[in-house]
Amino acid sequence: MIPLWMYLAVSAGLFCIGVFGVLARRNGVAILMAVELMLNAVNINLVAIWRYSETSTDLLLNGYVFTSFTLIVAAAEAAVGLAIVISVYRNRRSVIPEEADTLKG
Amino acid sequence: MIELNAISIGFFVFSIFTLGGAFGVVTTHNLFRGTIWLMVSLFGVAGFMVLLSAPFLAAVQILVYIGAIAILITFAVMLTRSVTHLENRYIRTIPSFVASLVLFIILIAGVTIPVFGDISPDTAPVVVKTTRDFGLALVSENGYVVPFMLASLLLTAAMIGAIYIARDEEV
Repeated sequence: MIPLWMYLAVSAGLFCIGVFGVLARRNGVAILMAVELMLNAVNINLVAIWRYSETSTDLLLNGYVFTSFTLIVAAAEAAVGLAIVISVYRNRRSVIPEEADTLKG
Repeated sequence: MIELNAISIGFFVFSIFTLGGAFGVVTTHNLFRGTIWLMVSLFGVAGFMVLLSAPFLAAVQILVYIGAIAILITFAVMLTRSVTHLENRYIRTIPSFVASLVLFIILIAGVTIPVFGDISPDTAPVVVKTTRDFGLALVSENGYVVPFMLASLLLTAAMIGAIYIARDEEV
């Protein structure tokens, strides 16, 4: 049996790769891809901790249900985020978030 | 040390898929290839969910992420001509790398060193819930029926919002 901390370690690595992508990438679509990686790291954590906790034997399904809702929120986030990227590209001819500075004082 | 059996071999293979795919996503020049790397990484995450006795979540992961979100990102890459921005893919490279490395070290220390007592069990309970229990819990009145309805409301709102934001003004 794989101990729990190995799942958490892989999830930590995935999350940190996602953090690097969000902070360092210039392209807006690439930033959204890195956000998806971070959400997946959270999903691994939720499912692993649900599986290894004693509550998975009785009636509680909290971790399982929470993971499925995370998936739903991620789908909504991807749809709206990519729509915003496409809208910004149509107006500014750029997908780089630093160049979308209309509201900057 | 863990023994070498099918589960541990699968764990290492899926770890390589997940972390290697994620590394490809954040380092590739070509965002089309980045999308393919993203699919590899999400497939590895689906494999983890199979290993964690959640096959329904693995199927949903493949359907929603690889089937919908990765295709959506591919469309966004094509519509915004992101593949032509090949040079200068990074800004703030060194501070970002240092920040994520420090976060990684903190997280690894947090999951391996039992500061607040031993919270990391080596074995999981045997009996787990099945997909049938999950479906019953979603629609039972003392289960999760209200969050279920709220999630469908959120999906509808997100769909309408995405259509409204991304459409042409003239149409």
